[in-house]
Amino acid sequence: MTDPVIELHGVSRRYGDGPPALHDVSLTVAVGEALAVLGPSGSGKSTLLNLLAGLDRPSEGTVKVAGTRVDTLSEAASARFRRAHVGLVFQFFNLLDDLTVLDNVLLPAQLAGARGGAARQRAEQLLDTLGIARHAAAYPGRLSGGERQRVAVARALVNRPALLLADEPTGALDRAAGEDVWRLLTELHATGQTIVLVTHDEQLARAYATRTIRLTDGHLTTDTAGPVGVARNATGATAGVPR
Amino acid sequence: MTGLGRVVRSGIRRRRVQTVVIGLVSAAAVTASVLGAGLLVASRSPFDAGFTAQHGAHLSVVADPQLVTQAQLIASKTASGVTDAAGPYPVLTLSFTSTGTGAGAPGPEPAADGGPLRLPPLTIVGRSGPGGAVDRVEVVEGRWPTRPDEIVVAVGVIRIPPGVRLQAPGGQTLTVVGTARSMSATASAWVLPSALDALTMPGATRGYQMLYRFAAAGTGAEVDAGRAAVEATLPPGAVTGARSWLDVRQQAVEDSAVFVPFLVAFAVLGLVMAVLIVGTVIAGAVGAATRRIGVLKALGATPAGVVRAFVAQALVPSAVGAMVGTVAGNLLALPVLAETEQLYGSANTTIAWWVSLVVPGGILAVVAVTAWAASLRAARLRTVDALTVGRGADRTGGRSAALARAAGRLTARMPMSRPVGLGAARPFTRPVRAAAILLSIAAGTASVTFALGLGGSLIRIQTAVEQNTADVVIEIRPDEAPPGGGTGTHRPDPADVLATIAAQEGTRAAYGLAQAPAAVAGLTDPVSINAFTGDPTWDGFTMVSGRWFTGPGEAVAGEAFLRATGARVGDTVTVQADGTPVRLRIAGEVFDTGTAVFTGADTIAAALPLLRPHEYRIALTDGTDPGGYAKRLTTALQPQGLTAYPNQTPVDPLLVVVQGLTATLTLLLVAVAALGVFNMLVLDLRERVHELAVQKALGMTPRQTIAMVVASVTGVGLVGGLIGVPVGVAVQHLVLPAMAAGGGLHLPDSFVDVYGPATLVPLTLGGLVIALLGALLPAGWAARTRTAVALRTE
Repeated sequence: MTDPVIELHGVSRRYGDGPPALHDVSLTVAVGEALAVLGPSGSGKSTLLNLLAGLDRPSEGTVKVAGTRVDTLSEAASARFRRAHVGLVFQFFNLLDDLTVLDNVLLPAQLAGARGGAARQRAEQLLDTLGIARHAAAYPGRLSGGERQRVAVARALVNRPALLLADEPTGALDRAAGEDVWRLLTELHATGQTIVLVTHDEQLARAYATRTIRLTDGHLTTDTAGPVGVARNATGATAGVPR
Repeated sequence: MTGLGRVVRSGIRRRRVQTVVIGLVSAAAVTASVLGAGLLVASRSPFDAGFTAQHGAHLSVVADPQLVTQAQLIASKTASGVTDAAGPYPVLTLSFTSTGTGAGAPGPEPAADGGPLRLPPLTIVGRSGPGGAVDRVEVVEGRWPTRPDEIVVAVGVIRIPPGVRLQAPGGQTLTVVGTARSMSATASAWVLPSALDALTMPGATRGYQMLYRFAAAGTGAEVDAGRAAVEATLPPGAVTGARSWLDVRQQAVEDSAVFVPFLVAFAVLGLVMAVLIVGTVIAGAVGAATRRIGVLKALGATPAGVVRAFVAQALVPSAVGAMVGTVAGNLLALPVLAETEQLYGSANTTIAWWVSLVVPGGILAVVAVTAWAASLRAARLRTVDALTVGRGADRTGGRSAALARAAGRLTARMPMSRPVGLGAARPFTRPVRAAAILLSIAAGTASVTFALGLGGSLIRIQTAVEQNTADVVIEIRPDEAPPGGGTGTHRPDPADVLATIAAQEGTRAAYGLAQAPAAVAGLTDPVSINAFTGDPTWDGFTMVSGRWFTGPGEAVAGEAFLRATGARVGDTVTVQADGTPVRLRIAGEVFDTGTAVFTGADTIAAALPLLRPHEYRIALTDGTDPGGYAKRLTTALQPQGLTAYPNQTPVDPLLVVVQGLTATLTLLLVAVAALGVFNMLVLDLRERVHELAVQKALGMTPRQTIAMVVASVTGVGLVGGLIGVPVGVAVQHLVLPAMAAGGGLHLPDSFVDVYGPATLVPLTLGGLVIALLGALLPAGWAARTRTAVALRTE
C-alpha cells in the first residue's frame, strides 16, 4: 500500500482574533484520488488549498504532502517543493499576459532549472494533449476562458507534480466551458493524477470526483468516498466512469 | 470629515511606504535646492552684500592737508547728495620691511640687493577703531591696535599674519596684531592716529582720508557727480586722489568670479534634478492610483473632487518633507557659507531668508502641479477604463504591448535564468516608468561625473597656481645670519648650493628661485620677476601656448601679465629692474594667476648682479624619504649655513571649500536619484503584487524574486550610466572654461581633459550602483510578499 499523498493532522488556521478559518481538520488523501472540497464562501476551502500548496502555514497541526512536512519549510524550500511536487490551477487562470502560451507553460520548468530542449518538448506535448497546440505562440489575452484554463492546467502539469490543486477551476467559466474543464480533469485523474479541487458546485463535484469533503465554518463536516465517480455527458445524462 | 477627506487620510496611512518616500524625496530635494539656491544668491552679489553690511564708502578721497583743514573736510559731509561720511583720517604711504618672526612669512618682495624683505608700499590710515558711520571694517583675525606700536593689515594681496614685525623707514618697529577686511579697500593697514605721527618722517607727505556715501551711486556717472559735489565744497586742488567703490567692486568680482560659475552650475543642476525627481515621483504615485480614482468616480466622486483629494494626498507628506528639508538645508549651509566667506570676502554666513520660503514653496508647487496633472488625467478617463487599469485587462494591442512582448520573447531565448530574463524584460512592459528611472539614474551619474571631473581639474589648477610640487625646500629667511655670525641676509652662491644638492643621493631635480620687483611702462603696479637658476619646468608649470624659455633674453608669462602689457607670445617686453631696462622676448604663455614674468637668472644678471635665490626646490626620486633626505642635505649644506625641510604646501582653503561643496551637493543628488529609483520600483511592485504571488506560487524562490527585481533595473542602470557620464563630462567641459574665463584665465586642455578610461568606466558603472541602491529594499520586500494573501488580490 502506497503512502498517502496528503496527510493533515489536527490542522487549524487562525487570522487575528476572529473565528478560525480552519479548525482541527484531519485528512488523508491517497494516491490517485480526485477529491472535491465543497463548502460555502468563507468556509475555509481556499485556506485548505493554500496550506496544502505550502503557500500558508497552519496555526496548529501538521501538513504532509508527498511525504514532506510542508508546514515546516522555509519560503525558498516551499517554492522548490511546490514546483517539483504541486501543480496549481487558479479560478482566474493567473496567466502572465506578457508571455506567450508556450512561455507560460514553460515557466515552472524554467524556474526549476530544467534544460530548454526537454522542457520545451514536454510543454509542447502538454499543449497538444490538451488540444491547444495551435495557440502556442499566442498571448493569453486572445484565448477564450476555457482555453486559458487549459493553458493553466498545462502549466500546472509541466513538472509532473504528484499533486494537482485546483481552486475553483471553473468559477470564471460558463457552464459549457466549465464542464469541459471538469472532463479534462477527469481524464487526468484517469491517468492516475491525484487531484484536489475546491468548488462550490456540488453537482459537478458529485459528477466528477471520487470523493468529496465539506467544510462548514472551518470544520470538516462531511467526507463521502464513493466507489465510482459519476461523469456528466453533453446531454446531461450521467454515466459511470471506471476509476 | 468629508468622504474624500477620509480617502486622503486613508491613502496617506495605508500607503505608508509611498507617503514616506514622497516625504523623503521632498526633504532631500528641498535640502539640495535650499543649499544650491542659497549659494546662487550668495554668488550673485557677494561683494554687494558685504559692502552693504559694512556700510561701505561709495567714494574714498585723499585730501592735501596743506590746502584744506579738518573743519572744511568735516563740513563737506553736507555736500549735495551725501548721505553719510566718515573722517578725516590721517593717511600715509609707507614701505615697511619685514623683520621676520611670527608664524608664517609674508609674501616677499625682497630688495634687489638681497637685504631684508621689503614689502610693497602700504597705505596706512590712522583710525582709533574699526567702526564708524562709513566703512565699518571687519577684524577677521586678531584684534585692532591698542598701542602706537601695533598695526592691523588688510586681507588682500600680501598675507602678513599676526606676530610679524614690520620696520618702518624711520626705524620704528610695529607688530602686526590682526588682519581686517574693508570691502571699500580704503587702506592696506591701520594704526592708531597717534602712531601715524611717529611714522611720518620729515618731508613725507601725509594726507587726510574722507569716506562718503551718496544717495545715488549705482553708476560711474552718479559717483562722479557725487565727487564733484564734494569737491565743490572744498578749496580747489584739495583733493589729491579718489577711488570709486565701483572700481573696488569690479576687482572683487574678478577675484571671486573663478568659482562663481561652478557654484552656479552646480546649484542649477541641483535645482533641476530636484524638480525632475520630485515630479516623476509624484506623477508615478498618482498614476499608480488610477484604479482607486476609478473606484471613487464609480461611487459618485466628481472628477474635480478626486483631483483635489489626490493633490492633498501628495501635498501632506511633501509639506512635512519640505519643512524638514528647509531646516536641513539651512543647517548644512552654516559651515559651507562660513567658508565661502573667504571665497567672497563677504559676511554672508546664513542663507537669505527669502530662499527658505521661495524654494520649499517652489518644490511644493511642483508637487501640486504634478499631482494635479496626473490625477486630472486619471480623473478624465472613463470610469470603466480607470477601473480596469492594471487588472490583467487584455493588452493585446498597442505599440507598448508589442514592444513588451518582443522583449519578453527575446529574453526568454537568452542564456540567462528565467527570473533574470523576466526582470530584464520588465522595463519594456512599463516604458514610461522605466524612462523615469532612467532619468533619475542619468541625472545622478551626471552629477557624480561632473563633481569628480571638477575636483580633478581644480587639483591640477591648484598645482599649477602653487607652482610648488617640490618634495624638499630650502628657504632663506630674512633674519638668517651667515655661518660664523655677521649681519645682513645670507645668500650663498647658487652654483655651490645646487652642486651640493645634485650630489645628494635621492635628488631627481632642483632649482633656485629669486624674485625681484620690476616696473613696466604704462603699469602703475610693479610686476614680479621670477628668476630661476636651474631647470624648474618639472615644478607644476603648465604651458598654455608657446614654449618654456630656453636661453638668455627669453621669458614666459601668464595671461594677466600679457593682458596688462598688451603683449603676445613672440613679442619683446622691456621691464625696469632696479632702474635698469631688461628686454624679454616672450617665448610662451604659462598658466599663472599673477602678473609675474619667469626667466632665467642669467637674463637679469646684468641688471641685478647681487640677486640670488631665496628658495631652492628639490624633487626626489621615487622611494626617497623627504625627512631623511632633508636631514642629510642640511648636514651637507652646513658650510653654506642652510637648512632643508620637507615641503608641506598647504592646500588652498578655497579649494577645500569648493571640494566640500561638491561632495555635499553630489551626495544629496545621488540620494535623490536613488530615492527616485526606489519609489518607481515600489510603485511597480505594488502593481505587480498579484503577478509576483503567482510566480511564487509556481515555484519562484525568494532569491529568484530578488534576482528578477534587480535584473529589472540593471539594464536601465547601465544605460543611465552611459547617458549620464557623457552629460557630466560635457557639463564639466562647459563650466570649467567658463570658470576660468570669469577669472581672466585661459586653461590648458590638460586641465579640462581629466577623464581617462580608469575614471570613466567606474563612473559608468555608477549608474548601476545608483539603480541597485534604489532596488535593494523593494527587492527584499518583493521576496517577502505573503503569497497566499497576494493571490487573493485581483
